[in-house]
Amino acid sequence: MTVRPFDLLVAEHGTVVWRVCRAVLPETDADDAWSDTFLAALGAYDRLRPDSDVRAWLVTIAHRKAIDVHRRAGRAPVPLAEVPERPVGEDAFELADPELWRLVASLPDKQRGAVVYRHVAGLPYAQVADLLGCSAVAARRSAADGIARLRRHLTAETQEVQP
Amino acid sequence: MTTIDVPDPGADRLTDLRRGLAERADAAGLLDLAYRTVDAPIGSCLVVVGPEGLLRLAFEVEDHASVLEDLAEVVSPRILADRRRTDQVARELDEYFAGARRDFEVPVDLGLSRGFRRTVLDELRNVGYGSTISYAALAESAGNPKAVRVVGSACASNPVPIVVPCHRVVRSDGTTGAYRGGSEAKVALLAMEADASR
Repeated sequence: MTVRPFDLLVAEHGTVVWRVCRAVLPETDADDAWSDTFLAALGAYDRLRPDSDVRAWLVTIAHRKAIDVHRRAGRAPVPLAEVPERPVGEDAFELADPELWRLVASLPDKQRGAVVYRHVAGLPYAQVADLLGCSAVAARRSAADGIARLRRHLTAETQEVQP
Repeated sequence: MTTIDVPDPGADRLTDLRRGLAERADAAGLLDLAYRTVDAPIGSCLVVVGPEGLLRLAFEVEDHASVLEDLAEVVSPRILADRRRTDQVARELDEYFAGARRDFEVPVDLGLSRGFRRTVLDELRNVGYGSTISYAALAESAGNPKAVRVVGSACASNPVPIVVPCHRVVRSDGTTGAYRGGSEAKVALLAMEADASR
């Protein structure tokens, strides 16, 4: 395999890297994390093994850098209050909220990793498992737990603002 | 499947981000090769600048993407689009094509050319705007009158055409001969220089 111009990596993966950063950060902070990600990747590019999956590599760096920026900004993850569990349907469901990143950032490490790698970056579970250092089954479980937790909190918050 | 509705950055934001990244990479000493394309009357030209100066200029007929891929292999894959480091060569090319510049001042790195070919290109830099030289005469002034064919291949593989003016090398019978950017481009450059010298 040939070593490709780094600019091509930025062109091809710039969007997914930004989304991964944005999943746990507001816009301007996501910009900083995006830049930190590609700068770190550029510095380590000569050590990237030729058989590595470039997208998974960049997505991992992005998630780490985004959490760094999150913590640097003094946004220590606030543990989510326990919300009573309620049954959740299996149908398509979209999680959208202007402050969603706060909730995602507050998930426990493994759940957050699984949710971001799978549901934001769209990586297959086999790869998510590699990145998290667990089995594919455990990765699936963590992602499901994370999503369930996000839904419960979003539902709880929506109900709070209702009269 | 559940999706999390995280927004896309959008094209404008990505453009700004990439510009900022190139600046940071340059400041950190991680930007080995900076490139941009320059719109010229003979088509769009790719310019690639390394730490020592202009390393490569490619015509539209050469595939710009594959030129960058070759450089990633041969020189360094740390390549980014960057306007700052390519600013001088872009400005000088604009001036040249507007007929307002005869000599290039931008530093040139002939590192992609070796041996006698390199000697030929060094010698070629003394051939002034609006003038021409034959392959045979250039072989002689480069110190090897018999190496006319090597002079031809040195010109054909010139990594920085226009700036190192291989278009000013013509056949002894007065016809223009081959050119990396196509013989039409060579004729156009010679005509432009002849016009501006009048």
